[in-house]
Amino acid sequence: MYAYIVKRLLLMIPTLLGAAVLVFYLLRAVPGDPCEIRLAGTGLYADPAEIELCQKNLGLDRPLYVQFFEFVGGYFTGDLGDSMWTGRPITYEIGLRFQLSLQVAIMATIVSVLLAIPLGTISAIRQDTWIDYVVRAFSIAGIAIPSFWLGIMIILGLLIITQQWFGTPWMPPIDYVSPFEDPLANLSQLIWPAIATGYRYSAVATRMTRSAMLEVLREDYIRTARAKGLLEKLIINRHALKNAMLPVVTIISIEFAFLIGGLVVTEQVFNLNGLGKLFVDSVGAQDFNLTQQLAMLVVLIFIVTNFVVDLFYAWLDPRIRYA
Amino acid sequence: MSTPEIVVATEELAEHKSLLARVWDLCRRQPLGTFGALVVLLMIFLAVFANVLTPYNPEAASWENQLTAPNAQFLMGTDHFGRDILTRIIYGSRTALFVGFAASIVGATLGLVLGVASAYFGGTFDIIVQRVVDVVLAFPLIILALVVVAAFGTAIQYVIIAITIPFIPQCARVVRSNALAIREIPYVDAARAMGFSHARIILRHMVPNVMAPYLIMITAFMGQAILLEASLSFLGLGVQEPIPAWGLMLQGGAEEYAESAPWIPIFPGLAITVAVFGFNLFGDALRDVLDPKLRRE
Repeated sequence: MYAYIVKRLLLMIPTLLGAAVLVFYLLRAVPGDPCEIRLAGTGLYADPAEIELCQKNLGLDRPLYVQFFEFVGGYFTGDLGDSMWTGRPITYEIGLRFQLSLQVAIMATIVSVLLAIPLGTISAIRQDTWIDYVVRAFSIAGIAIPSFWLGIMIILGLLIITQQWFGTPWMPPIDYVSPFEDPLANLSQLIWPAIATGYRYSAVATRMTRSAMLEVLREDYIRTARAKGLLEKLIINRHALKNAMLPVVTIISIEFAFLIGGLVVTEQVFNLNGLGKLFVDSVGAQDFNLTQQLAMLVVLIFIVTNFVVDLFYAWLDPRIRYA
Repeated sequence: MSTPEIVVATEELAEHKSLLARVWDLCRRQPLGTFGALVVLLMIFLAVFANVLTPYNPEAASWENQLTAPNAQFLMGTDHFGRDILTRIIYGSRTALFVGFAASIVGATLGLVLGVASAYFGGTFDIIVQRVVDVVLAFPLIILALVVVAAFGTAIQYVIIAITIPFIPQCARVVRSNALAIREIPYVDAARAMGFSHARIILRHMVPNVMAPYLIMITAFMGQAILLEASLSFLGLGVQEPIPAWGLMLQGGAEEYAESAPWIPIFPGLAITVAVFGFNLFGDALRDVLDPKLRRE
């Protein structure tokens, strides 16, 4: 087991290094750096000396490989550099927004689990009935509906409903309140983006639950349980659901890593100052330093999540060999 | 598990029927896929005949018609520039289809070549390609697309590149696993024994046999590409004004006027949903018909 863990940890290094090379060189694939864009991109006359000074200040005048080593070296020294856009340290910018995005991601995962497992189970038990068709249509729609549009529709719905019931339109607050200070205000703000993102991610998990349940329900031990006259409720809860959970847990955990991608658009709709919005802003401002660090953060979350899922999987199912 | 024989049998019977009857049979077996195909056809129709179908200009502002609610003249109302929403949705299908087809076909084709080559040559080349694929697949689609946009800038051709790049490894991975099985079939050995060049074996003997997963990937990509283009445009990092694009129609005015003019955000969002829904259903049905083995994900 320990040899397996060490081996998996070592295998992360080439993937991370590859991701660093990809992000770093992709961002610099086109001529023109932030200084030129900022100064000359306005269409006005830009003093070449001024561009040069700007490049010197941001360290862009050095050879690419030197910049690359500095970028990678930052992970060993803990200094991720400064944002080219705000001038503040990147660790500060990320730290400021990490809590909010993490909270929305966790809440969205909870929404997705609460939708996927009951819906997928009932859809499998009532296979090929109207309930099954409704659930399947609901989950396919989840993939097709853009989460940013769903977000706009949720805001619109809230405005109209509160207008009709209370006389004054209400919108979720924009300023972030920590859940430890005012849980209710925090929830009233973040539950909506969590629903908009979570619904989308529940779609795949619902289908996975349904197909896993269908498979398990055909097993011999389910027939045995039925034959000995066990209550159907007990068969589902104790025998079927438990055994069907393995692939579902995997897919939900992997989606957690991809949620960060979904947050990019959702945070924009709800005007949340999180990592997703920071990423979009950094792309818009051509802040290469910040963009590459955020992209690396997403990859790191993805790789670590995968690693944890694999360990968890091996622990849950001893038949999986540590090959 | 007894279905494969039945499918083969009905297909053999279908050989003797007319084309129309066979299409009808297929539609009856795949009602959802048929619906998807109709949506796709409708979208292509709208895109091709956009300039005939609507009397309005999709890009020109007309201030006297600003923020008109849906009525007989403007079926879906007008936006804050006084442009007819329905017109912009019809023209928007051009943008969505253009970006979608370009990104899906280029992405899947490059993935096809890479995947087949990786399987055919094997060894070190395969290992390197697969590690690179692993790295690219560790990025969520939109993150990688945004990195490309950050480097290239915002314009329709860069949006296509941004969507194409994440598709290449996805297709390469699927095609490779199919091609690995084909490499073991004796005719590939025979071709090699006859001294054919690598390029000829790959293009003439291997590529035609992985057409099913290739076509499946293209249709699967279409829905994703349309959604991704809409997301990028919505973020202001995709297609730029005044080009009519569905995601763009949800940006800017849409949120601001959501309460006073709800028709602005409602209809473009519906258009995206129906289009993606249609392509996904069509893709699923195509997958079932072309490759029953892939059915269980």
